[in-house]
Amino acid sequence: MTAVEFKHISKQFKNSAYPALNDVSVSIEEGEFVTILGSSGCGKTTMIKMINRLYESDSGDIFLFGRNIRDEDPVQLRRRIGYVIQQVGLFPHMTVAANIAIIPKILKWDKARIKDETDRMLRLVQLDPDEFRDRYPAQLSGGQQQRIGLARALISSPRIMLLDEPFGAIDAINREMLQNELKAIHESSKRTYLFVTHDIREALKLGTKVIIMNEGRILQYATPNEIVENPADDFVRNLLSTAELKGGA
Amino acid sequence: MFEYFSKHFDMLMEAFLEHLGIVFSTLLISITLAAIICWFLLKSERATNIVVNVFSEVYSIPSLALFALLIPLLGLGNKTAIPVLVLYNQYLLIRNFMTGMQNVDKSILEAGTGMGMSKWQLVTRVQLPLAMPSIIAGIRLAIISTTGIATIAATINAGGLGKILLSGLRTMNTYKIIWGTILCVIIALVADTILRLLEKKTKAYNTHLQTSWLLNKRCSFE
Ligand SMILES: Nc1ncnc2c1ncn2[C@@H]1O[C@H](COP(=O)(O)OP(=O)(O)OP(=O)(O)O)[C@@H](O)[C@H]1O
Ligand SMILES: [Mg+2]
Repeated sequence: MTAVEFKHISKQFKNSAYPALNDVSVSIEEGEFVTILGSSGCGKTTMIKMINRLYESDSGDIFLFGRNIRDEDPVQLRRRIGYVIQQVGLFPHMTVAANIAIIPKILKWDKARIKDETDRMLRLVQLDPDEFRDRYPAQLSGGQQQRIGLARALISSPRIMLLDEPFGAIDAINREMLQNELKAIHESSKRTYLFVTHDIREALKLGTKVIIMNEGRILQYATPNEIVENPADDFVRNLLSTAELKGGA
Repeated sequence: MFEYFSKHFDMLMEAFLEHLGIVFSTLLISITLAAIICWFLLKSERATNIVVNVFSEVYSIPSLALFALLIPLLGLGNKTAIPVLVLYNQYLLIRNFMTGMQNVDKSILEAGTGMGMSKWQLVTRVQLPLAMPSIIAGIRLAIISTTGIATIAATINAGGLGKILLSGLRTMNTYKIIWGTILCVIIALVADTILRLLEKKTKAYNTHLQTSWLLNKRCSFE
């Protein structure tokens, strides 16, 4: 089944010289782990926010599991989508546990289930529940905050997850660990993941498929292997060569 | 002086309670009104600026003039005094309420919206608690300002401590003036202190000063 389908989506912000998204069409199958790669300002976040209707497109349609998102109530739509924002955005006046449980509470899960699931999520992102449950966001490092952001999105096990640079503030070692963890969570859940990054090695490592973007357009949508072996154009080729310069992987 | 107080205790108390009554009803009405106006202003920062500016102009009209203007419309007494006081309060309340709401980090609101919180849930569970220090500061200022301006309402027969002050002035009775003033100051001071404490408490609660965490940490090492 197709999880997400973009049909000729364009979006231009006011006071902007060029469109943030320029006639984007793409079809993402259920169960894929799609990484979205591109330099700063190329429209990655805009693309993600179209799906949960934080932004509305100027033209075109988006279908989520076969249904046009325009026909759905935005609040109900969003509750079925896991969302990790780029700036983390934890609620500073709530404990870690309350942050993770915000949507389950709104959905009126019973208390025991909320507690169990919250602890399970904390362990999933490698934080000891007893130590972290009652802390406030101000008492966490940047990386720990990002993990709580991830746990908060995962708790309702949504059919689709939108992750906007969820590992931006995490050091190399923990990042590696979390990447593996996320990959394992994805493989065991068979959910659809859309994962934004501007780290090419992260994109190639995590993605079952990779979207490469530039200036509001999709240049290539293919498996990591195809991209490495068959770059669509010079831009993609250049991107790959910068990664080799940095890493030597 | 204290002799005067005990001799005229009943009269002073009556005026004091009347004054409290005026301040309290004004506050109740004006907070409700400001909350409703703010709910509609949440959508637009431009509309907020316009509304705050309009009320700031109103706030700068001398109260005696505003009372006088409204007498032909609403008549003498509380019927006029309370609407005028409510009108004055709107500037202090709306300005502080909206500053508090707008200062909440946009990314926090976007995270909430993106997860599927409704506007009501976002306002009540996230924005209001985070704006609470600023909201309480607004209420505190409104109480102080109402307590003062309400004394002028005595000129249009609204009663309260202004009545004591006014008759003290007319009859050159210093004790009356002093006691009227002291009782006014008591209302303002008590309200100010209580709300300052509340403001501090909500602020500490919101920022969760690192110290409390460090203290916990130290305990757990022992
Ligand atoms: N709310 C907005 N209002 C106006 N312009 C915007 C808005 N959001 C994004 N843009 C513009 O749209 C373009 C794409 O932005 P977007 O946030 O999608 O980039 P990105 O690929 O996520 O970049 P980054 O890697 O820096 O996060 C940029 O030129 C940006 O300035
Ligand atoms: Mg972005």
